[in-house]
Amino acid sequence: MVTIPVEIQLLFAALLFLMGLIGLLVRRNVIFILMSIEIMFNSAGMVFVIAGSYWAQVDGQVMFIFMLTVTAAEVSVGLALILQMFHHFKTLDADKLSNLKDTN
Amino acid sequence: MTILLALIPIMPLLGFLILACCGSRMSKQMIAFTGAVSVGISVLITLITGLAFLVTPPAGNVVVVNLWQWFSTGGLALSIVFRLDALSLVFIFVITFIGFLIHVYSIDFMAGDEGYARFFAYMNLFVGSMLILVLADNLLLLYLGWEGVGLCSYLLIGFWYREPVNGYAARKAFIITRIGDTAMIIGIFLLFVHFHTLDIQLLMQQASSEWGNGSPLATWAALLLLGGALGKSAQLPLQTWLPDAMAGPSPVSALIHAATMVTAGVYLIARTHVLFELAPAIQTAVAAIGALTLLLAGFSALAQHDLKRVLAYSTISQIGYMFLALGVGAWSAGIFHFMVHAFFKALLFLAGGAVIFALNEEHDIFKMGGLRKKLPVIFWTFLIGSSSLAALPLITAGFYSKDQILWFAWSAGNGNPWLWAAGLLGAFITSMYTFRLVFLVFFGDMVTMPEHHPGRLMLIPMIILAFFSLIAGFIELPESMGHVQWFSKLLDPVLPAVNTAHGRIPESFFQLVAGTISLSGIYLAYRFYLKQPYLTSSFNESRISKFLYKGWGFDRVYDLLFVNPLVWFAVRNKNDFIDLFTSALARAAFYGNYLLSITQNGRIRWYVMAFVIGIVFMLTIFINL
Amino acid sequence: MNTIFYIAAAVALISTGLAITGRNAIHALLFLIVSLLAISIIFYILGAPFIAALEIIIYAGAVMVLFIFVIMMLNVGMERETENRWLRPRMWIVPVILSFILLIDFIIMMKGMPHHAISGRIIPPKQVGISLFSTYLLGAEIAGMLLLAGIVGAYHLGRQKKKVIHRFLQNEDDEINNTIQ
Repeated sequence: MVTIPVEIQLLFAALLFLMGLIGLLVRRNVIFILMSIEIMFNSAGMVFVIAGSYWAQVDGQVMFIFMLTVTAAEVSVGLALILQMFHHFKTLDADKLSNLKDTN
Repeated sequence: MTILLALIPIMPLLGFLILACCGSRMSKQMIAFTGAVSVGISVLITLITGLAFLVTPPAGNVVVVNLWQWFSTGGLALSIVFRLDALSLVFIFVITFIGFLIHVYSIDFMAGDEGYARFFAYMNLFVGSMLILVLADNLLLLYLGWEGVGLCSYLLIGFWYREPVNGYAARKAFIITRIGDTAMIIGIFLLFVHFHTLDIQLLMQQASSEWGNGSPLATWAALLLLGGALGKSAQLPLQTWLPDAMAGPSPVSALIHAATMVTAGVYLIARTHVLFELAPAIQTAVAAIGALTLLLAGFSALAQHDLKRVLAYSTISQIGYMFLALGVGAWSAGIFHFMVHAFFKALLFLAGGAVIFALNEEHDIFKMGGLRKKLPVIFWTFLIGSSSLAALPLITAGFYSKDQILWFAWSAGNGNPWLWAAGLLGAFITSMYTFRLVFLVFFGDMVTMPEHHPGRLMLIPMIILAFFSLIAGFIELPESMGHVQWFSKLLDPVLPAVNTAHGRIPESFFQLVAGTISLSGIYLAYRFYLKQPYLTSSFNESRISKFLYKGWGFDRVYDLLFVNPLVWFAVRNKNDFIDLFTSALARAAFYGNYLLSITQNGRIRWYVMAFVIGIVFMLTIFINL
Repeated sequence: MNTIFYIAAAVALISTGLAITGRNAIHALLFLIVSLLAISIIFYILGAPFIAALEIIIYAGAVMVLFIFVIMMLNVGMERETENRWLRPRMWIVPVILSFILLIDFIIMMKGMPHHAISGRIIPPKQVGISLFSTYLLGAEIAGMLLLAGIVGAYHLGRQKKKVIHRFLQNEDDEINNTIQ
């Protein structure tokens, strides 16, 4: 039997999420950005599992499976895009992707 | 009788409407017919009404026709009311009669012009407006006519609009008369505010009963109305537009700038004479302005080269005589001179126009000469008109009218020896420049050959006007010569008689002096311009001559005082500082766009940062709520 | 059990921190895999063994390996200098502050929750499977379609066509040629 208070668990998930957020805001390499997004997805899924464990129901885990699916699809498409970007811009700098800027 | 009276101004206006709507589709004869006949019918009706008026004077010597109510708002109820009394009878006779003759003349004169229908339309509109002006019973209707004649003057001066010079002249005329019109409308406001009515008779009654002699309100009202009269009648200081207005065709100059529009000021002052009698200071100002103007214009006329400009300055000078008469209280004498002046000045303009037409648009009198043999009818009519203008004694009408003014300038209650002296000097100058004109144009060696000879339609009106220039004086003979007083008796119910202070010097002395002066002017003109022209050649080149030629430099002064500062300000304001305020809004919007577009730099991390800040914001707010 | 939870949590946090601050992409990814392993232990403690297994198989095993494959394919090299240049200390300040604010918000929110003892009952995979294919059948089908879309999209977006440039334009500026096809 685990008697870890649910607040601590949620706090842990939140910390992971926030670390992913920091990584997203700070890094300039698109691979790291994508990686940070993965961390965020993972921590969001963990919240589902924590909730499912809290209420002793199975739905949390099912939700996590769906999230996993989404994550996998998103990662594959994102990496394909990164490949294209690298081939056209010859760099992995996210700040170089600014063609949609307002040219004032 | 009443409906006939209403038809007098309506007929020319109807002619204007027909010509304005269908003029381009009508044949030349139809246009001429419509234009002349509409005024012709007015003449007939005027004669009929006039005869009826004279033979069986109606009650109170006045015929009033109330046509319809114009408007009734805010305490002011005005109707279109025409009023025929002796004063307006004289005016409508002059307007319609001379107007008709000038229309007949212009059938031939303007025959080659492509704006034929436009010309007659404008002329008809002018005659209609002028008739409304003199027949109006309330000040607002009078102002309607006033504005109408101003508009037609602008349209007709700038008739040949393809030349920019004509446009400038028309604009100058309009703007300067506008200054006078503004003064006049303020005067009308003043009168309305005090008496709550604009009916002229009621105004005069209430003014005389409520405002005492010399009251400041009466002075202001009279001064403002005088301002309007000065603008229209081209007196000091608003006289600069009339010489330039000669850019219009000669019939226009004859009708508008000799006979009718410029005398609207005289009419106004005569109509509202009660106000002027209540403000003696202003009345003296009227006389003084008249005297100064007649001298100023007379001297300027001596130095002009253009035939029409001599006549224009002459008009200004003669209207100065009328103002002089009104200023000393000789009301009927002023109106008498108006009538006589209308005849001979219209004649002079028509004849001058015929000369210019014959010489193929040559205006410079130094390039004319010896036309006496080639254009005999024009010569004789011009000579008769000039003699009337110069007040040739005993046989011309001008002698009687001008002489009466000079006599009253000395002997009337408000008279003054200085005014008399000014008038006398003016008479001398008048005869000198008039016969300078005659001798230079018709005598001497021919310089330019006449190419077109004027047709019958141009000559007949001139002959008729010449006839009237001679005999019109006989209806008012001074005491020493038969003492005929038909004219002043006619105007007696309307205008007060002049109060003469009979002095020691009899009137016949003055007549002698006046006659001598005019004859000596003719003789001097003969000497200087015909017999021994070399005497004046140095004068012609001198600086004084140039100064007089420019009309005593008034144009320069006005340019310096008014035009240049305005132009300077307009140039400085090229970017329109008021516009800057409104464009500041646009520029602020652009700046905001610039600022906000910095936040849209296409970078992903920037956008994510925006998300996060938003999320933080929202969460913080929603947690704490 | 509790101590294992805390140890695993500490490991996860530390390795995630090292992952996001790493200069080398491969090293960062390896740290991330360690973090995922620790998280999987936590899942197991929470009574979700199936999920723990899935986390390792799919997340650590497939997704992260995909990342590593792409990095190796791109052949970006070490690039330690670039990363150092991009990651100045002052870049971290604002995100850390914002995250801190969010953390405080979260803690405040947590204070209002009612206390409940954790059960920690283990939920077997069989139950997950039954629920997945009975209650959430529609979701499973849609997830399948999503994966199909992902496959097709990834295949199409990952293709590279050789660009044919007219010989007159061969020496033009690179920028003009860098248009996404």
